[in-house]
Amino acid sequence: MNTQALNINSSMNNCYIEIKVCMGTSGRASGGNDVLRAFKQYIQESGIEALIGRRCRYKKVGCRGFCSKDVLVDVIINGNKVTYQSVKPIMVERIVQEHIVNGTPVNEWLTKEDYESFHTKQHKIVLGPCGEIDPENIDDYLNMNGYKAARKAITQMSQDDVIKKVIMSGLRGRGGSGFLTGKKWEICKAQKETPKYIICNVGEVNRPLAEGNPHAIIEGLLIGGYAIGAQKGYIYIRERYHLSVERLRNAISQARDKGFIGKNIFDSDFNFDIEFSFGTEAFICGEETALMESIEGKRAMPRFRPPFPAQKGLWGKPTVINNAETLSNIPIIIGKGAKWFASIGTEESKGTKVFTLSGKVKNIGLVEIPMGMSLRDIVYGIGGGIAGNKALKAVQVGGPSGGLIPLSMIDMGLDYESLAKVGSIVGSGGMVVFDEDDCIVSVTKFFIEFLQRESCGKCTPCRIGTKRMLELLTKITDGRGEDSDLITLERLSSLMTSSSLCGLGRTAPNPFITSLSHFRDEYIAHIRDKKCPAGVCTALITFTIMEELCKGCTLCKKVCPAGAITGELKKPHKIDQNICIKCGACFKACKFKAIKKG
Amino acid sequence: MDKVLNKILNDYQKNKGNLIYLLQKIQDTYGYIPEDIVFWFSNRLNIPASKFYGIITFYPKFRLKPTGKNTITVCCGAACHIKGSDRILQEVRSILSLREGEDTTQNLSFTVQKATCIGACNIAPVVILNDQVYGDMDTEKVSKLIKGYEKKDEYTGFEY
Ligand SMILES: Cc1cc2nc3c(=O)[nH]c(=O)nc-3n(C[C@H](O)[C@H](O)[C@H](O)COP(=O)(O)O)c2cc1C
Repeated sequence: MNTQALNINSSMNNCYIEIKVCMGTSGRASGGNDVLRAFKQYIQESGIEALIGRRCRYKKVGCRGFCSKDVLVDVIINGNKVTYQSVKPIMVERIVQEHIVNGTPVNEWLTKEDYESFHTKQHKIVLGPCGEIDPENIDDYLNMNGYKAARKAITQMSQDDVIKKVIMSGLRGRGGSGFLTGKKWEICKAQKETPKYIICNVGEVNRPLAEGNPHAIIEGLLIGGYAIGAQKGYIYIRERYHLSVERLRNAISQARDKGFIGKNIFDSDFNFDIEFSFGTEAFICGEETALMESIEGKRAMPRFRPPFPAQKGLWGKPTVINNAETLSNIPIIIGKGAKWFASIGTEESKGTKVFTLSGKVKNIGLVEIPMGMSLRDIVYGIGGGIAGNKALKAVQVGGPSGGLIPLSMIDMGLDYESLAKVGSIVGSGGMVVFDEDDCIVSVTKFFIEFLQRESCGKCTPCRIGTKRMLELLTKITDGRGEDSDLITLERLSSLMTSSSLCGLGRTAPNPFITSLSHFRDEYIAHIRDKKCPAGVCTALITFTIMEELCKGCTLCKKVCPAGAITGELKKPHKIDQNICIKCGACFKACKFKAIKKG
Repeated sequence: MDKVLNKILNDYQKNKGNLIYLLQKIQDTYGYIPEDIVFWFSNRLNIPASKFYGIITFYPKFRLKPTGKNTITVCCGAACHIKGSDRILQEVRSILSLREGEDTTQNLSFTVQKATCIGACNIAPVVILNDQVYGDMDTEKVSKLIKGYEKKDEYTGFEY
């Protein structure tokens, strides 16, 4: 026997060990698979397999949100859990030896207070099981009362009871529309036409849900299908989200094996099946009516409404489209009750909302907050503030067509009404933090460029509007802007908002409208002073060497790819502005802060 | 060849005449959508080729030209953007000597793509080389990545 094995504390002999490795998209991107493999391999090879291997369970769990410290690993011994952060395969040996074998956790690698504060300030309902349960194992879901809500709805409640309960909970669409989910179901149920369909829209922000707790989505879809009287549900998802597709597919087949999907579900006369429909890589495919066109195999162009999808949807039949997060809330509402759910959040916006927090914030990740929580609590509390101790400039909430919220409004609460008031949207929950180094005009241009590219072109206000907006913003960032451009942009914005066919065109001007109203100074600096205050817009910055600070180390000269810098060793250098390509390499390289950007 | 095409035709009919599905099958088979294949189906199905092209050009995932052996995808989501994905994309294109409007090298060794957001914002900016994700990228790292791709053991990316 290996000597290491003999070292094992005898008390370890009959304990239960669990190793949970974060394996969402981000966990995997940071090397989760390698870490898990390393654990299995080390435990096998070091000869301790016989003693602890048998009692060791490995779990691939979904994303627990704190992605900046991935790979996260929980080691649970007899119910005592500690979490390691930024785990790399080479760290595995020490963790196994010192912690699992000898019983003392490797303190320096454990998560710190930021992990605590990141989690304690959140309110996890739909994300709760993500990171705890094994998404590939239906028993884990059943152990947390999985499919009980569906059983209760289908066997004990009428369709109207279910709908009433969902209306009472106050749940509103998490995919951006904010429409009362129960109302949508009610309209669809009232239609005489059959068959009916229910579609689950799995967007970018929903991936961690699909990866971490896919059964909740399926259970929600099942309950929704029952409520409106559909026999067929679709999961609309981008093919490229491999892991989400794999986990949902696996979950569907497990649910089918257990008889939760198929014929005579729970011995009732309700039949329901679920099929995938692979969305294509286009933003417009998220729009309800465009989405249905794409399922039908056509160009994803939005339809006029009314008729609404609930009246005339997929193949002309009554159809409900719900976002995956919306549906994940359903089993909880049926299980814990509408009152319980409605006690979370604000008067008009109930429950929680998942946001992806990214950009210049310290703790990047996925967060779930009660509706109405302040932006400050999210960015500074959960997010831990701005990385590199820079100053916060703005937060973009609601994805590309959301609004830019300035630092001065940081105390606003996040809910449908408050966001609408400041010209933003909840969207599907994107949140990007910008700091003092970001140029608002350039950021706005980035979003408009995206929307222009993604405009389907069916209606003129959106097709031409986004194009013109982009041209004008480009003109401004190129230093050719005129005062009148802002007026044109404002007119275009109001025209697009009022006359575009679908949500894309109607919300596309949001980034501009909000940035102009909060950062007019920055626009003016670009237009009148031909300056980019953040030093981002290439055409508007110049690099100069401050003679008194230059030590003549020649470093800048060496890194300059254009050969624009001249000077002798130990003598101040110079930049020839006509040759300079403004790449900023010299600025980065200079150790004496002798290069001025402005 | 006809056997393969007939099978696709068959699948298409089973799938309620879904043209996206059909085009996806063609792309899966050939790696892109060749013009003669479009006309083959257009004739069989009595659907004007323009209708096929209407769909092909609408969805960015459909390609009318063959792709390179390796695909390098630069994520250009908002989080990657503010951390410099533009410069990375420029660098990649210049290393591969791609001209304006081109996305595949002459020798078909590399194709460059832009992604909207791949959801790995914690390690932005991100580059994906043949399904391996590389985080915290900069122009130097990406240039090493491409140039040293033959000796790829040196660079451990992660599964996507
Ligand atoms: C351009 C555009 C993109 C959208 N993208 C998504 C998306 O990715 N996911 C999503 O759930 N809803 C998206 N929506 C909103 C949906 O059209 C729809 O309102 C929502 O899926 C309905 O579900 P809910 O009531 O549960 O929110 C998008 C809307 C527009 C206009």
